[in-house]
Amino acid sequence: MIEVQEVSKSYAGKPVVEKVSLKIRQGSVTSFIGPNGAGKSTLLAMISRLLQKDSGKVLIDGKDISDWKSTELAKKISILKQSNQINLRLTVRELVSFGRFPYSQGKLKKEDWEKVDEAIAYMDLTDLQHKYLDQLSGGQNQRAFIAMVIAQNTEYILLDEPLNNLDMKHSVQIMKVLRRLAEELGKTVIIVIHDINFASCYSDYIVALKDGKIVKEGPTEAIIDNKVLEHIYDMDIPIELVNGNRIGVYFK
Amino acid sequence: MKVWMLVAALVLLSVTSLFIGAENLSITDLFSMTDRQWQVLTISRIPRLVSLLIAGVSMSIAGLIMQQLSRNKFVSPTTAGTDDAAKLGILVALLVFASATTMQKMLIAFAFALAGTYVFMKFLDRIKFKDTIFIPLVGLMFGGIINSITTFFAYKNDMIQNVTSWLQGSTSAIMTGRYELLYISVPLLIFAYLYANKFTIAGMGEEFSVNLGLNHKFVVNVGLIIVALVSVVVILTIGIIPFLGLIIPNIVTLYVGDNLKKSLIHTALLGAVFLLVCDIVGRLIIYPYEIPIGLTVGVIGSIVFLYLLMRRRAYEA
Amino acid sequence: MKLKLTMLAVLALGVIAAFLFLDLPHNWEYALDRRVKKVLAIALTGGAIAYATLIFQTMTNNRILTPNVIGLDSLYMLIQTFVIFFFGAVSLPSTNKMMNFGFTVGIMLLFVAVLYKLIFKREGRNLFFLLLVGLVMGTMFGSMTTFMQVLIDPNDFLVVQGKMFASFNNVNTDLLVLSVIILAVVALYAMRFSKYLDAMSLGKEHAVNLGIPYNFVVMNLLVIVAILIAVSTALVGPITFLGLLVVNVGYQFMKTYRHSILIPSTMLISVIALIGGQLIVERVFTFETTVSVIINFIGGAYFLYLLLRESKS
Repeated sequence: MIEVQEVSKSYAGKPVVEKVSLKIRQGSVTSFIGPNGAGKSTLLAMISRLLQKDSGKVLIDGKDISDWKSTELAKKISILKQSNQINLRLTVRELVSFGRFPYSQGKLKKEDWEKVDEAIAYMDLTDLQHKYLDQLSGGQNQRAFIAMVIAQNTEYILLDEPLNNLDMKHSVQIMKVLRRLAEELGKTVIIVIHDINFASCYSDYIVALKDGKIVKEGPTEAIIDNKVLEHIYDMDIPIELVNGNRIGVYFK
Repeated sequence: MKVWMLVAALVLLSVTSLFIGAENLSITDLFSMTDRQWQVLTISRIPRLVSLLIAGVSMSIAGLIMQQLSRNKFVSPTTAGTDDAAKLGILVALLVFASATTMQKMLIAFAFALAGTYVFMKFLDRIKFKDTIFIPLVGLMFGGIINSITTFFAYKNDMIQNVTSWLQGSTSAIMTGRYELLYISVPLLIFAYLYANKFTIAGMGEEFSVNLGLNHKFVVNVGLIIVALVSVVVILTIGIIPFLGLIIPNIVTLYVGDNLKKSLIHTALLGAVFLLVCDIVGRLIIYPYEIPIGLTVGVIGSIVFLYLLMRRRAYEA
Repeated sequence: MKLKLTMLAVLALGVIAAFLFLDLPHNWEYALDRRVKKVLAIALTGGAIAYATLIFQTMTNNRILTPNVIGLDSLYMLIQTFVIFFFGAVSLPSTNKMMNFGFTVGIMLLFVAVLYKLIFKREGRNLFFLLLVGLVMGTMFGSMTTFMQVLIDPNDFLVVQGKMFASFNNVNTDLLVLSVIILAVVALYAMRFSKYLDAMSLGKEHAVNLGIPYNFVVMNLLVIVAILIAVSTALVGPITFLGLLVVNVGYQFMKTYRHSILIPSTMLISVIALIGGQLIVERVFTFETTVSVIINFIGGAYFLYLLLRESKS
């Protein structure tokens, strides 16, 4: 389980995340939502140890992340940031094989390659696996990076705005995969996401942040609510029920 | 800091500058000057003062223009290869066109400086990775590489000590007849002043400028030409003065902000004041000998630059 | 891939053989002994510089940087000029090679240590920041060096000029042995980190995600790079753009990201370039120029070409 205890971070004296405490439920999809500058990505980066926190603790399975050995932690938790520009010219398969680094330290064995193949198949990239990343479209690229995370085979998967710059079709595709990861493989998925309707349709729990603090957290139905959303976004967002999904109609 | 304070400092320092030197000449002698003192004043001291003023103003403004165009606070003739390209040009002029006049040499050096700066700016345009700190790093390396080419030819022709000595920024040898080239800068600076706002807009990028109805290419080219010409003129008469164009605009930004119309005057004045101070310090430290201005500015400039860098980190983190 | 690597190895051996045995004079034992020493010094510095540049570029995720720019070359020149300026060209500090070597390496490492202390103490440890500070210090050293060089007596200046460019003609045997030992120890230590290099080249965030103790590895690699550059520079003199040249050629030729292949191939290319260059200098230019001037010239031109190509695409 991931447990966040009173974590804070400030830049140039300006607090970005302030004493946030949080427990993430196992085997579910949890979304962080909130307006720009709410501290969602910062919080995610701190949970994943990409960013140093000013104070507070992040516990994974009861152990502080700073006490974990980096290699062990990399078998437990993985993070994918929103911009994934890399300077190398790699094929999809080569990229995905990097996901096995925590297990193999660079020398991949047969079972590592099997995992790589599985991850590629899972993301439907088998036909593209020998293509170079710079030959792929944005959506395919994103899928390749997610395949790498899947090959890493961690219990916790953190993604920072995985839908950034994707069209509707690819967004839905990615969200379905994340859903399956939780349901079929029992992973715990945490995402930062802007679109409240994607959050509503695909997540089990939602954590709403504003000004560096958690405004409200709970099951999706409790958060996708006119009153709650108004408080978070300072605008009136009527909720409609469409095919059993709660959709916020905020366009007008 | 107010403008009048800078002006006052400038006047004070100018007067001081006139009356320091190996040759005895004090302000009380002003009305009872011997012929020799009069000569010292007109042939050496005044030209020196004028060239310091012009060089200080021009290098700072050149730096400011480059920073506006690239929208990066750490770009300047020192950190964009301009100085080094000019140096290569001068060497080429000396080697290939040994009999050329000063004016022709200047034109060759100018062509090189312009080409160097242009290549660097073009490269900045396309570069994917725009970390503010990365840019001057590339620029300084770029300069180093141009330098290695200069060295190749200088070594073959046994001119290394020569090149080193006359490109080191130094004002001690300035006298009537050897600095007038600097006056070329004056109309350019006036032009730069009139163009200031356009540089800012051009710096916002091509699409942004086109949207505002500005001929982007033209304005950028005008800016680069001014920078290259001014740098070459200063290098030819005084030598390389590292970091001047970098630190002055940055200091001005600290206390006036980024409004170009306002900061331009401050930049010009502060550049002149700073250079005068460095020159006076260099003349006093081992009096009656002199430390060349290239060294004083190099050392003081590096320290100030480092301070600015550190400060920036502290501010961001 | 294997084939290309073998080709490089054969080529390197060929160049070495040519260098050793071409035009051997009658008293060949003496000549050969000198040449072997030269080859050893060249291979040592060439290999060290290539290796240092490669891991440095991997750390910074950048193909256009070289560790020589963090001010070590300028510092080397400052020290050498300083010694000659204050003690003269015939004094003990400038003629005793062992002393000079120890002194130079010591100051260079001290400089790097101060640089690290200064920067890594603060938050937001940005590698580029470290480099830029080093580079600015380098410019400052350069100003001071220039000042002294202008004042120096022209005869003494020739000695300074001799030190401005790497030279393999007068390599001291004791120093060579000492350098071999230092470099061997460093290389052994560096082995521990070689498994991280491929993943490091993905960038900091991916590297951390994959469980690499990033800051620890970077700190260690930087120290390794600094020692390699300091030792090779103090041994033969600065060859600023050698690393840049050979590593980029290595990438282009091998077309891979795997360090297990890149490391040996760039080192081989470096040796080929240096020994080939030295051959040309000795036979074609008959010592009119030095190998480092040529390498810097070619490296510089190649780098400009890379920049231009990048800015076109």
